[in-house]
Amino acid sequence: MKTFERAHPAERTATGAQRGEPTAGVTWPDEIYRVLREFGVTQFAYVPDAGHKVLIDRSLSDPAVHSVALTTEEEGVGLLAGAHLGGARGVLLMQSSGVGNCINFLSLVRGGQFPFLMLVSMRGDFGEGNPWQMPMGRAVEPVLEAMGVMCLRVDDAREAADTVRAAATMVYQAGQAVAILLTQKLIGAKPF
Amino acid sequence: MNTSGASPEFLLDRNEAVPQLVGRHEDFLIVAGLAGTARDLTFLSRDAPHVFALAGAMGATTSMGLGLALARPERRVLVITGDGELLMNVGTLATAAVMNPPNLAIVCVDNGRYGETGWQKSHTSLGVDLEQMAIGAGIRTTRLVTRPEQIPEASRLIRDGNGASFVLMRVKPTESPPHKRDLDPATERLRFRAALPD
Repeated sequence: MKTFERAHPAERTATGAQRGEPTAGVTWPDEIYRVLREFGVTQFAYVPDAGHKVLIDRSLSDPAVHSVALTTEEEGVGLLAGAHLGGARGVLLMQSSGVGNCINFLSLVRGGQFPFLMLVSMRGDFGEGNPWQMPMGRAVEPVLEAMGVMCLRVDDAREAADTVRAAATMVYQAGQAVAILLTQKLIGAKPF
Repeated sequence: MNTSGASPEFLLDRNEAVPQLVGRHEDFLIVAGLAGTARDLTFLSRDAPHVFALAGAMGATTSMGLGLALARPERRVLVITGDGELLMNVGTLATAAVMNPPNLAIVCVDNGRYGETGWQKSHTSLGVDLEQMAIGAGIRTTRLVTRPEQIPEASRLIRDGNGASFVLMRVKPTESPPHKRDLDPATERLRFRAALPD
């Protein structure tokens, strides 16, 4: 598989974890990690998801960052707000189902005008086969927008790093709250 | 642990016990929970910039303190919150225990009640023991404070601990100081950041 080649339809049944493996040089998740480190991100908070496997593994093996596994996604909202109070930068990684867990904590981000960056690997999206994932997946953008979080979708691996760079600029320089939605066109739909 | 079946002891006066436990508030960067502990700490510190007090996002106090402690390893960070607030995101104790920052202390001022909403009993009045939950979460250093003579040792612990520590202090269900404070979190954030140069 070429690094930035759009997935062949047959490959979309592969999980994000499989497709994210750095088997053929630098993959888009590696590019995202590099961009986040360039921006000085030192706290990586997450509830694990296959779509974030590379980012999680990279953060675990990087002695210069804190890799923080959460019990529930909203902890990450508080964690990143606390990191900002201390002058550090963080990013919150989750599956789309975790977005619902965060909503009231986003009151802190919006009310306090905290810079806030989240990467959401989508379920309940393009080609989803699990009906349990559909309600929250469909609600991700409206609920985040309602809480003042701007959403940027990434469908194409070639746009991943640039989108993260654009989002990180808006977050860490302009003080905005931004969610990057890594769609199932990008990461593939999980087979059932 | 309260295995006798007797009521837990909620005897301390928070208006005396909290200032005694915290001592010199300037020793810490502080994140204070909603309502009671937020008023306790903003009153005690006279709205000092190193105290970030929440008035919403219930359950976020401990995770905020954890992020702050990881960001500022050279400073002591104190999370001080109530039983209701901690119960709302009690799993954060597990995250704090796993990260185990040497500079983080978590204090729960447990009055066994939801004081802001009509003094309804919380789970800690009904048999739930947050110190045991902290131990179960993996926090290695914990204390239960129910009597005045236990406060000085706990006050040293939150300053000297070399890992995430947890103090459960049981108090009477009485009002915090009637302190009016600015509730705007953006103002608090900017004030906190300005007083803590990078």
